[in-house]
Amino acid sequence: MRSVVLAILFITAATLGGCSGGVLDPKGPIAAAERLIMLNSTGIMLAIVIPTILATLGVAWWFRSSNKRARYLPDFEYSGRVELLVWSIPAMTVLLVGGVTWLSSYDLDPPKPIASAVKPVRVQVVALDWKWLFIYPDEAVASVNHLTIPVGTPISFELTSSGVMNSFFVPQLGGQIYTMAGMVTRLHLLADETGTYRGMSSNYSGAGFSDMHFKVDAVPAEGFAQWVAATRTTGPVLDAQTYSDLAKPSKAVTPFSYRAVAPDLFKGIVSSLSTPDHASHFVSPTLQRAEK
Amino acid sequence: MNLLGKLTWDAVPYHEPIIMVTAAVVGLVIVSILGWVTLKGYVPYLWKEWLTSVDHKRIGVMYIVLALIMLLRGFSDAIMMRSQQAIAAGDAQGYLPPEHYDQIFSAHGTIMIFFVAMPLVIGLMNFVVPLQLGIRDVAFPTLNSVSLWLTASGILLINVSLVVGEFAKTGWMAYPPLSELQFSPGVGVDYYLWSLQISGVGTLLTGINFVTTILKTRAPGMGYMRMPVFSWTALAANLMIVAVFPILTATLAMLLLDRYLGFHFFSVDAGGNPMMYVNLFWMWGHPEVYILVLPAFGVFSEVSATFSGKPLFGYRSMVAATMAICVLSLMVWLHHFFTMGASASVNAVFGIASMIIAVPTGVKIFNWLFTMYGGRIRFAVPVLWTIGFMVTFVLGGLTGVLLALPPVDWQVHNSMFLIAHFHHVIIPGVVFGAFAGYVYWFPKAFGFKLDEGWGRRAFWCWFIGFHLAFMPLYVVGLMGMTRRLQHYDVLSWQPWLLIAMAGAVVILAGIVCQIVQLVVSIRAHEELRDVTGDPWNGRTLEWSTASPPPPWNFAVLPHVAARDAYWVAKKLAPAKQGEQLQARKYEPVEMPKNTPTGFVTAFFAVVTGFAFIWHIWWMAAFGVFGAFVTLLVFAFRDADEFAIPAETLAQFDRAHQTEVVL
Repeated sequence: MRSVVLAILFITAATLGGCSGGVLDPKGPIAAAERLIMLNSTGIMLAIVIPTILATLGVAWWFRSSNKRARYLPDFEYSGRVELLVWSIPAMTVLLVGGVTWLSSYDLDPPKPIASAVKPVRVQVVALDWKWLFIYPDEAVASVNHLTIPVGTPISFELTSSGVMNSFFVPQLGGQIYTMAGMVTRLHLLADETGTYRGMSSNYSGAGFSDMHFKVDAVPAEGFAQWVAATRTTGPVLDAQTYSDLAKPSKAVTPFSYRAVAPDLFKGIVSSLSTPDHASHFVSPTLQRAEK
Repeated sequence: MNLLGKLTWDAVPYHEPIIMVTAAVVGLVIVSILGWVTLKGYVPYLWKEWLTSVDHKRIGVMYIVLALIMLLRGFSDAIMMRSQQAIAAGDAQGYLPPEHYDQIFSAHGTIMIFFVAMPLVIGLMNFVVPLQLGIRDVAFPTLNSVSLWLTASGILLINVSLVVGEFAKTGWMAYPPLSELQFSPGVGVDYYLWSLQISGVGTLLTGINFVTTILKTRAPGMGYMRMPVFSWTALAANLMIVAVFPILTATLAMLLLDRYLGFHFFSVDAGGNPMMYVNLFWMWGHPEVYILVLPAFGVFSEVSATFSGKPLFGYRSMVAATMAICVLSLMVWLHHFFTMGASASVNAVFGIASMIIAVPTGVKIFNWLFTMYGGRIRFAVPVLWTIGFMVTFVLGGLTGVLLALPPVDWQVHNSMFLIAHFHHVIIPGVVFGAFAGYVYWFPKAFGFKLDEGWGRRAFWCWFIGFHLAFMPLYVVGLMGMTRRLQHYDVLSWQPWLLIAMAGAVVILAGIVCQIVQLVVSIRAHEELRDVTGDPWNGRTLEWSTASPPPPWNFAVLPHVAARDAYWVAKKLAPAKQGEQLQARKYEPVEMPKNTPTGFVTAFFAVVTGFAFIWHIWWMAAFGVFGAFVTLLVFAFRDADEFAIPAETLAQFDRAHQTEVVL
């Protein structure tokens, strides 16, 4: 009875989750594949779990001490057949789901490029205290807390952090990946449909964490070109100096953009933290947090 | 030069009314209890019989008392988080600013794992294992007392952080770089580190103690395949403690070196690597889950067998499954960070390894099911907790296997889905198990049963409250809500968080029922008294002695001839019990003397920890020196045992006739 209630709750959860922009409402092939794996595996396991719950309740009820019709088997403590059964049921399930795991871990590996005829757009992501910087190295523009991407084009992300660890996550487009200082992680996503999706940091990073979310605008290709052109005309220039201003801790930053970006800025941000001997002009800005 | 290091009056958060009122109330309660105890003249009794006791039963009871008190603290944090998230939607900021809210979720996790779940489980093991093994105490009784008091030291320090200074604002895992001095310059992380270091040493000593006890000091005739399953799970848990707690201690020590002496183990610059911390932390952290849950599985095994009036089904399978989990749990740590960018092969291997644990766990569920099959199940309160656990835990396990799938994990890692999942396994697994054990062994510890009616009410409140509180978190997790949000802008999450809040209130009702149950039972203890020592028609040796057991547990050590030794003895019991009792040959028993070593060591540990947290170096030196002198004094003691004369044993046995003499 309860299991039925739970199953209904779970399905309701799934449908409701699907309606409201979460991971069950994918807008790209990666998120769609991940959802499919989630639903398939849930289905495989529910086929075992629901009967187990019902059997537990049924057995417990039938063999209650007041039930005179139930047989009492005080010596029933071993049965080779039953043992074989109870080891093989979960083993088979795991074999099945384990196969799914093996294949999908390779298929959907975040650093793996998405096969597409369209040339990918590169985006370099820097997680700052507490906002997101998106650098478009090929377009030489950048934006803060606002990611604009063309629909139907693979987006190739390189990600790092200025200090503490964060996690870059746009649930409707695909899984997340950590951003870590001095290191670069890779992620590939693709949006199928135009729209605005919610992105966020999914790894707690300190006082301003709750406001560390951003909008992803998926626009048609020509719209993206227009956006780049428009961005190039307004806003400040992002170089080492403006970067270190930006990197100072701040909360709930209103999105804005940079009309130009100094070349190799991203590389500089990464290497300023990864090579200890290298005297860098990138003073780690988050050091300022220590001066409380 | 400040004699008190960083400590000034500013460390007390006068401007936080919530903290100050709480502190005042708690202070008042402590003062009134101390006053009452002193006025009534109970201090010498408490000191001689409890605080300095090395009796495993009393140490077990004290562990559980500590755990239940800390459950109230951890649960208050939970209620505050749920109410904050229930209201802080859209532009609302709720009533807890980030600097306070961030401490609350960090404290909630730390307290619930280290200072509720651990002492509950260790307390049960302390009380039950020597009785089940048919022996008089653990291998190292004084060490056991030291373990208890070091745990209490950690608890004291973490509670002091509420009013003097602050607690960590890093989450309970305290991941660097966030937990490094650079990003967390306050004393919060130091409170976290020192309270865990001190209590961690205590836990490691417990592990050594119990591994030795179980491997080396069982009653005559109790081979491994005759050991009760709870003792098996205790063995597995303590083996894991010995294997992994040193990793935690070393990891936290490295973070301490980073913070105090400018090392660069986990810093973002100068060649440090925070990923190493994350790996090491979970090499401890994942086995820790099984350290907690395996003994709870042991409780369910004992309860399902006892109340079905049948032996545990598939005993050998159960033992194999327990030991398989013990080993496998050391090989899956990476599933806590599939999102850190490991290669596909690494992710896949760890994902599959994690799923494989579901096999022995599934076997256990089925074996409990077949234990009930053909039984005559008495629906006493421990059985309710057990069945509640079985039907809930399988779904929690399902979501766990989902999280072990890397592509699914990338989508729900660090989300409320994850929060729902681990509460879905830890609450039914560990908490229900501990409560089942608490109700089951309570009459053994105190000689009277707990009230049934209030026990049932507590169960239903917890069971319903749990589902109300955590099922909605799966939903918001799938909707993209991440954990540890102090406020959020997505209004569609709010209805679900309101339901979760209601669930937390229902759980609160369950806790109130448990408090009422305890009070009612103590007041009616004469009606609830159990004179047989075997109120549930038990199967294992703990039920063969009086309730509460005498300090020596067994006047004559039992000779074990079979699994379920007491059950078999009851079946074969000869009619002439009285004669057998008179024929018993009593010999004097050597028992360890009570000692204040543990208590005094813990005092100095608190001093040392507090001094390091506030950089009061002279006081730290004093604390370390004091602990060392305590050790010396203990090492040079003249006598550590005293003899209980045979006549005392005989008298006690005559006064407390049990059903069957072994």
